[in-house]
Amino acid sequence: MVTKYDTVIGLEIHVALQTESKFICGCSTEFGAPPNSHCCPICLGLPGALPVLNEKAVEYAIKTGMALNCEINRFSKFDRKNYFYPDMPTAYQITQDAFPICSKGYLEYYYEDKLIKTSLNRIHLECEAGKLIHSGDSIIDSDFSLVDYNRAGIALIEIVTEPDMSAPKQARTFLEQLRLLLNYIGVSDTKMEEGSLRCDANISLKPRGSTVLGPKVELKNLNSFRSLERGLEYEEQRQTEVLEQGGEIRQETRTWNERTGKTASMRSKGDAPDYRFFPEPDLPPLNIDESRVEAISLSIPELPLERLHRLESEYGLSRYESTFLTNYPEFGGLFFELIGKKLQSGAVVNFLMGDYARLAREKGHLTASRIGELLEILKEGLINNNQGKDVLEELYKSEQSPREIVKEKGWEMVSDASELEGVIARILSENPELVSRYENGEDKLFGFFVGQVMRATRGKGDPEVVNSLLRKELGQ
Amino acid sequence: MKKLAQLLESKQVSSEEVAQKYLNRIKEKDSEINAFITVDEDGVLQQARAADQRRAQGSPLSKWDGIPIAIKDNISTQGLLTSCASKFLSNYKPVFDATVVSKLKQAGLPIIGKTNLDEFAMGSSTEYSTYGATCNPHDIERVSGGSSGGSAAAVAAEMIPWALGTDTGGSIRQPASFCGVVGLKPTYGRVSRFGVVALAPSLDHVGPLAKSVEDVAILFSLLAGSDPGDSTSAQIGPFAVPSWDGSVVKGLKIGVPEEFFSTGLNSEVEQAVRNSLKMLEEQGATLIPISLASNAYAIDTYLTIVTAEASSSLARFDGIRYGERVDAEDTNTMYAKSRAAGFGTEVKRRIMLGTYVLSASQYEAYYEQAQKVRTIIKQEVSEALKQVDVIITPTTPTPAFKIGEKRDPLELYLSDLYTAIANLSGVPALSLPCGTTSAGLPMGVQVMGDYFSEELILQVGSLIEQGVGGGVSGD
Repeated sequence: MVTKYDTVIGLEIHVALQTESKFICGCSTEFGAPPNSHCCPICLGLPGALPVLNEKAVEYAIKTGMALNCEINRFSKFDRKNYFYPDMPTAYQITQDAFPICSKGYLEYYYEDKLIKTSLNRIHLECEAGKLIHSGDSIIDSDFSLVDYNRAGIALIEIVTEPDMSAPKQARTFLEQLRLLLNYIGVSDTKMEEGSLRCDANISLKPRGSTVLGPKVELKNLNSFRSLERGLEYEEQRQTEVLEQGGEIRQETRTWNERTGKTASMRSKGDAPDYRFFPEPDLPPLNIDESRVEAISLSIPELPLERLHRLESEYGLSRYESTFLTNYPEFGGLFFELIGKKLQSGAVVNFLMGDYARLAREKGHLTASRIGELLEILKEGLINNNQGKDVLEELYKSEQSPREIVKEKGWEMVSDASELEGVIARILSENPELVSRYENGEDKLFGFFVGQVMRATRGKGDPEVVNSLLRKELGQ
Repeated sequence: MKKLAQLLESKQVSSEEVAQKYLNRIKEKDSEINAFITVDEDGVLQQARAADQRRAQGSPLSKWDGIPIAIKDNISTQGLLTSCASKFLSNYKPVFDATVVSKLKQAGLPIIGKTNLDEFAMGSSTEYSTYGATCNPHDIERVSGGSSGGSAAAVAAEMIPWALGTDTGGSIRQPASFCGVVGLKPTYGRVSRFGVVALAPSLDHVGPLAKSVEDVAILFSLLAGSDPGDSTSAQIGPFAVPSWDGSVVKGLKIGVPEEFFSTGLNSEVEQAVRNSLKMLEEQGATLIPISLASNAYAIDTYLTIVTAEASSSLARFDGIRYGERVDAEDTNTMYAKSRAAGFGTEVKRRIMLGTYVLSASQYEAYYEQAQKVRTIIKQEVSEALKQVDVIITPTTPTPAFKIGEKRDPLELYLSDLYTAIANLSGVPALSLPCGTTSAGLPMGVQVMGDYFSEELILQVGSLIEQGVGGGVSGD
């Protein structure tokens, strides 16, 4: 990338709130139900039906605002954003234009090992549209389109950042960290593939060091973290080339095509729709009192960055380990449960990040009590680390506890000296030639003898006892 | 209505007989008046028989169980055509009842049918209906007023004892005045709007029309109350029908805004209203001249807001899931053709005006300005109602005009000159007859009061009613 220009990126993120019922009516928000099975006169926009706000959605918006350090506006109100589209049954969207529920705020996160902040402009509440299913690729080249209104009327929040990011990778990291935070506070399931987290990006270039922003391009159809980063990278490159060839960037909306890896113009500034915003007459303004804000603040759990710093400072974990446990909250949760069982943080994190991480991702998590028992018997010396791996595999196959597995399989470590002495004597007598070579200075043969003993004990020999007995026998 | 209720209670008449009597009257009169879009003969008789059964078992749903009612056709009735007098919705049968309809059903009132209106309640004469104009029962060459012209005319012609109307700028009070009946626009939020097809949600109201103040009060008591389904519904208790002892008149301070008695006011109307005022004064009320200067801007403000909100409220009609559809080669043409064919002239005019005043380049000059003026009007009305108990004005500048007489929409908009202020401010307002012109046309007087003062304005209305010799219950 040529360095003549600074890249400026801002994001607009739509988050479907995980309320049980919709934003404006009592219909279920369940995903994947048969089409048009979660609908009523209100979310279908039938004549005369009126919206009633879901207070839980208001609570979740405030909770998100507080977790993102926003100002919670004591007064906010709703507006109608008028536009006609088949997925919008009322032909207007209930949103908050002039007075959003949350203003300002920021998210703090690690990017390239540095702790940075991305400022937010606002968070506002709005109403989700239905879903169009086209017979062809798009609405234009389809013979017919079907509408599923199950989604219509679900509560959304739109989180708008300031143009505060300088690289596509940063935008991706920001969105990943934002998503993590939303998961922590439990306001959304944030599944990009199901559309409960969606992101549009604004990107512009300006001459390096300039304070004047260039014309911005809005990117749409960024349906994954990867396409957000790729789309922005493409657009950064495209705009650089246009500028270097003496061209000008047009303010426009472009759509990312994941298949071709390119962006294409959707509409220019002049074609931008006039949404004819005006105050929503069917909903009174929202007045949020102090006590409500306080009550909501008590429901905010430890946030990702707080957890990361706590793992480092309280448990002495590395940044790498702490990040792992923070970014994968299920692992983090297990960590804290296991620590509560008086297990050593180092041993726990090593276990969680080792073979267990692979198995858990493939097959799901084990309970903390089963993992705890496995770590205990390792610590007690009932089995060695090799046996530990076998027990772990076995835990995914049976319902038994680690101790039961070890007992049934007969995997207890053999540390009884008399039993091991017999084995060692036999092995040494079977290999007189190797013994004499060892005695003549071929030290590396020691390992061979250890291996033979372990083989004879089917891996159950206590390595420490085996080592010391062998040394004694071989005369050291 | 009390008399009819007693007859039903003492089983001297049955609900079925009452319903049949009104059905016969409709058959006799409505070919001339055209007050009804739908007459649900089977439905009303069935509901009336159910009411009779309840009375026979000694468990009527209310005192008024079995007294039939008519509903304006922009109020949703489950399974019964709710056309809004629009070609667009000439096949639309709602899947749910409006809250007010549920309340009436819970009180046992059989629904006789749906009454005519100006399309989507946009008008002041019930001439803008795809089902034709509703004529004034006092002179069938004249308009019934609007937009609740069907309800007002049906009550006036005794085709039904009472009816529901809606009022966005005067649509209950102006036709009540033209037809010589009583109509109440309650305080904004006192009666649920859920299920009422929106014209302008910030101005729309539902209210009762009947022959007497008492009947209006009774029907209002069945409608009033907060509704969790309407977020703009006020948190206030139910309304109880008062006793009419006339004691309120002693020391009553009546505001008389001179602006409502100036240019354009028909002299007979002025005289009739002044007679009512004088009569109240003689009984112990004090007349206090007040000024509501901002009313000069009420019609412009009203039209700006009503068209803006209507353009948004009506944007959903596309002929896809319900309503009339005109098929075409592609989707956009289908929407356009359906809307072009389904909406009438006045509706299109208001949609265009409303779209214009909300457009980004005009918003500040029109809509925002109108909202500011609305705030000023509200403040002026509130201030005035701190000095006086009620404000009394004519309901309309003139009696009913002839059908087809007012071709200029601007001229027609002026019918709401005295009524729109109560919608813009949200205060309750009652219209009741205060005499007839030399030509025999009814004239109306309007009583406005402070928020939630329905009882007071009904009391004052009752005094005027007694004074002018009205108050015939629709029995």
